Amino acid sequence: MTRTVARQTAPAPAQPRGGARTRAGWTPWLYLAPALVVLGGLLVYPVYQLGLISFLEYTQAQVSGGEPTSFRGLANYCELFADEQFWQVLVATVGFAAACVVATLAVGCALAVLLTRVRAVPRLALMLAALGAWATPAITGSTVWLFLFDPDFGPVDRLLGLGDHSWTYGRYSAFFLVLLEVVWCSFPFVMVTVYAGIRAVPGEVLEAAALDGASQWRIWRSVLTPMLRPILVVVTVQSVIWDFKVFTQIYVMTGGGGIAGQNLVLNVYAYQKAFASSQYSLGSAIGVVMLLVLLAVTLGYLRLLRRQGEEL
Amino acid sequence: MSLARSWVRRPWRLAAELTALLVAAVVAFPLYWMLLSAFKPAGEIESTEPRPWTSSPSLDSFRRVFEQEAFGRYFVNSLLVAVSVVVASALIAFLAATAVTRFRFRFRTTLLIMFLVAQMVPVEALTIPMFFLMRDFGLLNTLGSLILPHIAFSLPFAILMLRGFVKAVPKSLEEAAYLDGASRARFLWQILLPLVLPGLVATSVFSFISAWNDFLFAKSFIISDTSQSTLPMALLVFYKPDEPDWGGVMAASTVMTIPVLLFFVLVQRRLVSGLGGAVKD
Repeated sequence: MTRTVARQTAPAPAQPRGGARTRAGWTPWLYLAPALVVLGGLLVYPVYQLGLISFLEYTQAQVSGGEPTSFRGLANYCELFADEQFWQVLVATVGFAAACVVATLAVGCALAVLLTRVRAVPRLALMLAALGAWATPAITGSTVWLFLFDPDFGPVDRLLGLGDHSWTYGRYSAFFLVLLEVVWCSFPFVMVTVYAGIRAVPGEVLEAAALDGASQWRIWRSVLTPMLRPILVVVTVQSVIWDFKVFTQIYVMTGGGGIAGQNLVLNVYAYQKAFASSQYSLGSAIGVVMLLVLLAVTLGYLRLLRRQGEEL
Repeated sequence: MSLARSWVRRPWRLAAELTALLVAAVVAFPLYWMLLSAFKPAGEIESTEPRPWTSSPSLDSFRRVFEQEAFGRYFVNSLLVAVSVVVASALIAFLAATAVTRFRFRFRTTLLIMFLVAQMVPVEALTIPMFFLMRDFGLLNTLGSLILPHIAFSLPFAILMLRGFVKAVPKSLEEAAYLDGASRARFLWQILLPLVLPGLVATSVFSFISAWNDFLFAKSFIISDTSQSTLPMALLVFYKPDEPDWGGVMAASTVMTIPVLLFFVLVQRRLVSGLGGAVKD
């Protein structure tokens, strides 16, 4: 991600030595202060509280102050892990996120390549359409897609001759419908980023490869892919993080988790536990599980960066 | 580019261009259908033979949306929240990005890793502690309870993305400014800020979207005072699970999508080059 950082920051003696340097010692912290205050108060502290609540007995009675909070240790986690539905939701979340990431990356990358092969007008058309999808708020995107696939009034069932087939009734078809919406609104980020990356590859490199007699496939595999690797890693990690956290689409399109909770994902599950059934501590425990999974993803990403010898 | 073109023979390029146009049409179709349905008269929306055009466009659905009690209020609230979040997080992120790119100091890498970790925190999972925090601040039922969390949630990504832009400003410019007697503050606000502005705009898109889209916090923190509610709530009024008023939903969706779309069109070029710049480095 940051190949030139090392180049730019390593020879850093631009800072004057002596007195000026000690002043520089405080300046960055001064600049960082607002960000650290905001993040500390509104991100780190809530995360800490989330962890704390997950160890407490915390229901409506404690919220209203009727009963004192009591420490339950790992009891909430035990309850959660003993619940069959939790495991079902966890598996569904991982599977759904994986499918979304693969589909988003495949569509995004394929269209980025397509963009490099066409002239200005089709490129502009595709770019504008993609920006439109990107700009659409998740909540309006969800309602629009739901309407498109509506069994009574939607055009898709008519077009496919499916009669009044309901897409949200079956578990997998509901997930599929949500997946379509998620891919629709998240492929533009991948497409635009990868396209910008391909364009940034110097023409001479490709020319040299072509002159050396490399086939097109060979150029892709041995020249472009390695050069695009940092970008691909970034968009992959970003997609994993976003798709694992999908909330709005599931919540709106499946009416809060589908029939009998068949379409729940962790994020919605946590919300339902906390706010629909007032089990705040169980909801927090689910939140902690999510955090740990995403933390593992991020740490894996950092290790990958380090192994590639790249500096942040 | 020119080389990429010469790779492909003519018929292939035509096929590629046709595919591109086709994909563009498919991608744009949901938005087209939203607009179309917003303008269709009630009878045509609730029709089992939906047609991709309308012979008698009507503003009935929009009328229902705007006649909703306090709809204008919701719109202004949404705008207030989004603009406050954008301005505050842009300024804070600009300072922080400057600190981590133009200075070497202890814990710099640690901080960067922390920003990276912070941006993966699932916002929704924090609804519970955030609710208690806002209650303790006495901010429940105010716009502040929507603004503050979104500033925090959009900061990490904004800082990481802005780094590329701040880094791109040559060091020599900074030295020249100091040689000419400019103070650090002067360099920061009068030289660096204008140069980084395009990047700042591109970054703003993300914080704008996250604030504009939010319905979870609006739903959870604005519990009794509906005059402090935001647009997504006005949309959900029409969206009843069993009997949705599709015309109203589509009209409200249109009203909600247009400002973001305008923002995107305005910053489009900067966004594309910005993402390239942010990721390329």
